Formats: sequence, C-alpha cells, structure tokens
Amino acid sequence: MTALLELDRVSKRFGGLLAVNNLSFAMREGEILGLIGPNGAGKSTLFNLINGVFTPNSGRIVFNGVDITGERPFMVARHGIARTHQIVQPLTNMTVLENCAVGACFGRENLPLHRATAAAREAATVVGLDDRLHALALNLTIAGKKRLELARALAAQPKLLLLDEVLAGLNPTEIEHMIAVIRRIRDSGVTILIIEHLMQAIMSLSDRIVVLNYGEKLAEGAPAEVARDPQVIEAYLGDPKLAAELEGKDEGSAAHG
Amino acid sequence: MLRRPFFWIIALVVAAFVVSPLIGNDVQLRESLALAAVYITLASNLNLMLGYAGYINFGSIVFFGLGGYICVWLVDAHHWPLAASLLATGIGVSALSLVFGFGILRLRGPFFALSTIGIVEGVQAFVENFQPWGGSSGIYISPEVFAPLGGPGPALWVIYFLFVAVMAASLYLSYGIKISKFGLGLLAIGQNEDAAAILGVPTPRYKALCYSASAFLPAIAGGLYFFKAAFIQPSDAFDLTLSTEAIVICMLGGQGTVTGVALGAYLYEELRGYLLISSTFSNFQLVIAGALLLVIVLFFPSGLMGFIYDRFPRLQKVLE
Amino acid sequence: MFGIIASIIDGVLVGLVYGLAAMGLTLIWGVMDVINLTHGTMIVAGMMALYLISGALGVSPYFTLPPILIGGFFVGVALYWVAVHRMMGRPPLMSLLSTFSVNLILVGLGTAVWGTALFNVEVSLPGLTIDRYTFPGPHILAAVLAAVIASLLYAFLHYTRLGKALRAVANNREAAELVGIPTTRVLAIAVGCGVALAGVSGMLIGTLFPFTILSGDGYQLKSFVVTVLGGFGNPVGALMGGVALGLLEGAVTPFVPVSWTLVIEFVLFVLVLIAFPGGVFARRGTL
Repeated sequence: MTALLELDRVSKRFGGLLAVNNLSFAMREGEILGLIGPNGAGKSTLFNLINGVFTPNSGRIVFNGVDITGERPFMVARHGIARTHQIVQPLTNMTVLENCAVGACFGRENLPLHRATAAAREAATVVGLDDRLHALALNLTIAGKKRLELARALAAQPKLLLLDEVLAGLNPTEIEHMIAVIRRIRDSGVTILIIEHLMQAIMSLSDRIVVLNYGEKLAEGAPAEVARDPQVIEAYLGDPKLAAELEGKDEGSAAHG
Repeated sequence: MLRRPFFWIIALVVAAFVVSPLIGNDVQLRESLALAAVYITLASNLNLMLGYAGYINFGSIVFFGLGGYICVWLVDAHHWPLAASLLATGIGVSALSLVFGFGILRLRGPFFALSTIGIVEGVQAFVENFQPWGGSSGIYISPEVFAPLGGPGPALWVIYFLFVAVMAASLYLSYGIKISKFGLGLLAIGQNEDAAAILGVPTPRYKALCYSASAFLPAIAGGLYFFKAAFIQPSDAFDLTLSTEAIVICMLGGQGTVTGVALGAYLYEELRGYLLISSTFSNFQLVIAGALLLVIVLFFPSGLMGFIYDRFPRLQKVLE
Repeated sequence: MFGIIASIIDGVLVGLVYGLAAMGLTLIWGVMDVINLTHGTMIVAGMMALYLISGALGVSPYFTLPPILIGGFFVGVALYWVAVHRMMGRPPLMSLLSTFSVNLILVGLGTAVWGTALFNVEVSLPGLTIDRYTFPGPHILAAVLAAVIASLLYAFLHYTRLGKALRAVANNREAAELVGIPTTRVLAIAVGCGVALAGVSGMLIGTLFPFTILSGDGYQLKSFVVTVLGGFGNPVGALMGGVALGLLEGAVTPFVPVSWTLVIEFVLFVLVLIAFPGGVFARRGTL
C-alpha cells in the first residue's frame, strides 16, 4: 500500500511546550481517518504542520510521494491538500460564490477564472449553499459559514481534505446533513482526515482512528478497538488507575471465558 | 471585457476628458482636468494596494517623484525623446519598486505602512545628496525640449492628452485586475491573508506584482508632471502631501472600487481648488484633508460608493 | 578614544528619554493593538507646551513637567474618544488611518499657526566635566527624570489595581471584561498615559535640542525603532531599546552627517522587523 499521506516522527515545539511529539502515522487513499484526543492534545497543531502554517522541528511529512515538510501553505494547497478551520475564516466581504472561486482558482487544479466559477458553483451545491451564492459571507449563520468553509476547501478539488471540528456549533439536523455531505465527499474520491469531538459522529464516519494525547500517539486502529482501549479511556476520563483496573477486569472476564 | 457596460462607461469618461477642453479651446478647463487626471491616476493605482490587497502605502509619492526625476534626467541630460523617456521611466520605477518590495512586503499591515514612509524619506535623502540629479537644488529643463512637440503652446496640449491616456490606462488597469484571477487573489489577501495563503493564493508573488504594478503608471504621470513643470527638486518630488491626498481620495470614494476612486478624485480636486482660492482656508489644506479622512473612517468606511450601493443596490452589477 | 566613549555615554543619557517616549507608544500598542500615529505630534505638543508655559510664566522649564504630564493625560483620553473608541473591533488598519487623520489635523493646525519656525528653550544647568568632556546638565537631568518616570510607570503597572487592570486588558480584553474590569475606561486611561508619556518626553527633549512643529516625524520614527528593538507592548524593553538606540546614535553621529541618521534608523527599523517580526524582545499579550 502506498500511503497518500505519511507522517514520519514529526515533532513541534513552542518554546517549552512540546506540542507534537515524535508522531508517525500513514493514510491510505480514499479512507476517512479520525483524529481524537483531549483538548490541547496537539490535533490542530498537527493540521497546521501538514498544511505548512508551522514547520516541524524534526520529522518528515510526505504527501503523494513528495516531501512537503516545511513548504509554505500556498504550495501545500497546490499539491492538493485543503483544510477547514476550527474557528471559521471566511473572506468576509466576498460572496459565497467568490469565496469558493478563490478555492477553485488557487487549489490543485489552478483553474482560470471562468472555469473556477463553475467549479465553485458545484462545490457550493454539494454542501447545500447553492441557494445563497450571492450572499455575503459575513451575513451567513454559523452553520452557513461552516458549510462555506467546507465548500471553499472542496472547490479546490483536493486529494486530501483536513476537517477541523466542522461539526462544532451545529444543531442535530445540521450535523446529520454535514455527515451525509462528508460521506458523499469521500465517495467522490477525496481522502479525509477529520478532527472531531462528537464521538458518535467521528466513530461512525471513520474507517480508522488515531488518538493523540500530549502530542503523542496513544492508540491507532478501528473505531471499536480504540474505544475499548484502556489507555484511551483513561486519557479521556483522567483517572490514572482506571487503565489498570479496566485491564484487570478484561483479563478477569477473559479468564472466566 | 468589451462586453461589459463598465468598460464603455470608462471610455465615455475618457472621451469627456478628451473632448471638453477642445470645445472653445478652454485652457483653464484643460489644466483643471489635467490635475484631476493626475489625482485619478495616483488614487487608482494606490487602490490596487489599499483597496484590493489591503496594504496602506503611505509613501506612494516615491513612484511619482522618482518617475519625475528619471524622466527629466533622461530628457535633459541625455536628450531622449519624451515617449522613450516615459516608457523607460515606467519600467525603471517598477523594477526599482520590486527591490523595495523585496524588503518591505514581508512586513505585515501597519509595519508595511510605516516603512513606506521611511522609503520616501530615504530616497529623498539620497536624491538630495546625489549630484548627477542636481542634489537639493534640483534640475531645470531648458525650453528646447518642447520643440519636438511643436513648441511650448502645443506641447501643453500633447502633455494633456498624455495625462488623459495615463489616466485611462490606470482606470482600465484597476478594472481589468479587479475582474481577473489575479484580482480575486488580491481581494482574498485583503480580506484574510492567512486564509488566502492556505487556499493557495501565492501571496508573496502577488503582493510584489501588485506593488510593482501600482508603481508603473504613477511613475509615468510623475515624469509628465515634472517635464511639464520644466523643473524638479527633492522637496516637491517627494512631498508626502500628494500620497496622503491619494489615500483620502480612495477612502472618500470607496476603497476597492474603480468608480469610487475616480469620483472621489474628481470631488476632492474640486474641493481643493475651492480651498486654495479662498484665503481663509488655503493654509488649512491638510487640516481639511485630515478632518475629511477622520469622518470617513469613523462613520463612512465604505466611502461614497458604499453609500450609493446601499441606496441603489442594482448599480453594483454595472459599476465596479 | 575617550571622545567616542563620551559620545556614547551622552547617547545613553538621551536614549533614556527616547525610551520614555517609546514607552508611551508601546503602552497603547500593547493594551489595544493600536498604533498611535499622533505620537510624534504629541511629542512636539510637549515641546511647545514647554516653550509656551515656561515662556509665559517665566519659570524654570522643569516646572512644566507636572502640568504637561497631567495635560497630556487628558489630551490622550480625548484622543481615545475621538479616534480610537469606534475603531475597537475593526481591522487594525482602520485605527491606523484614524490616528493618521487626527495627526494631519494637528500638524495642519500647528503649521498654520506657527509655520516652520525654529524654537529653542534656554536651559542653564551646570554640567558634569570629566577630563576634557562635559556632559551637559540638561542631558543628565533629562535622563534622571526619564528614569524616574519610567520607574513610576512600572510601579503603576505592577503594584496598583488600575495598573493590573491595564495589564489584564492587554493580555485578554474579553476575559478582563468578564471578570468585571471596565475595559472602555481602561482603554481610555491607557491612551491617556501613552500620550502623557509622549508629551513629557517631548518636554524633556525640548530642554535638550531645538525643534519645529515638524520635528515630530523624526522622534516618532525613533520611537518606532525603539519599540521594535524592545518588543511591542513591553515598557521595560522600550526603555532598554531607547538606551540601545541612544548608544547607537552616540557611536555613529561623530562619523556620519546628521541628515543620514534618520535614514540609518529607518533601515535599522526595517531590517530588525524582517529578522524579528514581533520585535527583538517580543512578548505579545503581556505588559
């Protein structure tokens, strides 16, 4: 299996804080990989490392066979990586269509303006913003802005999409809609790396899960496995004795058959 | 572009500039329109950085002044014909701006703005000590240079039409950029530079191109201006008043719009003309400019065009 | 050799006053992320106040310090309400333009009334003579006063409630508001203090060098250089940066014509910013 994205012992330090510590994992093309972990575990930092906002202190990031470690954000975008932000970053005084057109013009395909507008329209339709193409970004609701963030990333026709808490702040109906959209995006051939705190959502969406804690990889595997992993439970519930207890309980029940 | 109505609106305005002083050989109108053309040129090109990319250039006069110096020097010391001098001026100053830009374009927002002032002061200090350009006394051009243009009288008409041509070029340049992919990238940078970079906009290259493009036509306008005056000295060539007025005009008309800037330039020039004549206000030019800018920034940040678009939203489809 | 050292020491003395000026700039910057483009003009206002008050009342120039400090504070508060208050929450370039426009108004009025006349304030104070070199009395006193006021500011920021409120607002305005700090009042006070510092440093500079209405630009640039050297929002850094700048000036001025000093300082400004985008000792979000 050739990995689409490969992180090789990536570390990032901010002054005294080691935000990401010797992290390695790989992503297959077409999979949805969920990234979970307590607050401050380094998830958003990881996204910033992948798309070039930060440069790792050590380690390599390889995308589609190309070493993109330390490349500037706009060059990373050209390779075919797009992302959404936890705190949305709309181009406020531009319309939905214009926002998406920026994504289409300067993303992987580097389209000329007239083709970009068409691609922008398509992307807006996928997320359900096609009825508000000429609305100004600043006039959208928070849900609308989240959809815009996603549409704009999609318009770039990326190979890898980084979703950073795209469900935060949405009501249950909006969440359902968004999950369906994410599935459709994957089905169209886009690989997705998703950070999410909504456990049910991320567990059902992801093919595999990576758990981060204090910048390190705590666990990796299928959602069900990871959910049962004692160390993961301990990290989330915070009780250091819990892991040992749970492990003992598991062994005990295994012994009893 | 030819199919859009705005293209023809600009053409109409340019035609008005060309035709109106010809009617009745109105020299006074010609001079006042020439000044308006200079303001429109300066403000439109400043708008590329200010209104599109969101970078305030306090020192845009440096392009105008350097353009003046290079053109006057080529014409006077090297006897180049005017047309060639103007072209060389434009290219030379654009190239030089890339050198400046390399240093200061990596600075963000306020720091970029402040360093543009420093560039003017640095260039002025340099020119004042640069003997081949007359140092602090400046350069006088001998009247013979007007001979190829038909003598001083006809020369003024030729120069006027050249001013109008440069103004037309400025308007079409800012319009053309605004509807292009380059313009979309600049606008994205102006809205949120970090987000734009993540979306793939090649920010360093675009900013450099924008800055350099914003130097070309003002340099030529400066060349014409000082050629016409037949005299250039550092204190005139690098007077920050003109670039300050360009900023006021952009904000007054509506930064980021083509129409607004042209409208703002025209209105401001009329206001200024009135102020200079009135003895009460002639010392207060800067005060009025400052007060106007303050009111706009506090209460009407979208300028005249913002006000108009609020009342007549349909106009946004036709005007830029 | 000693001549250069003497020049450098003199530069350090003057540098302390530059540092004081820069503290005014960096305080406003640190608390509310606003670059006060009236800073240079406020320095000149201090100079003019020195000239007018000491001239009118016939008292020693140094007696003008308290009224300038207090007057400057109120001018600063007025500046906040006129140009800064509505800019909170808007893009930072807007506050740049608003203070810029106020500056235009002030400079325009100043030149309309006083033109480009040169002003000089006579200060007779015995100097300190070591070997062949005399350190002018005014330089020494100005440096001492600058150091005293800077210490008072530091004490204010770290040992009084209001000072701590200022630092809290600088750190995180929303959080400060949530714990009950009246942020608007604090912002106005911060601008008041910033302008007061500019005015007082202008007064001190006025005892050292002659000036015109347009001298503000040069001192504003020096304040920016100092702020960049010392770190934005870092008053102690500003003082140190001022000393560093004074040191540099002292070392360079014996060899370079005066008109080039500003150009060198500007180049320094740009180079330092390119190398350290947040200033050399940047500590964003703290005062």
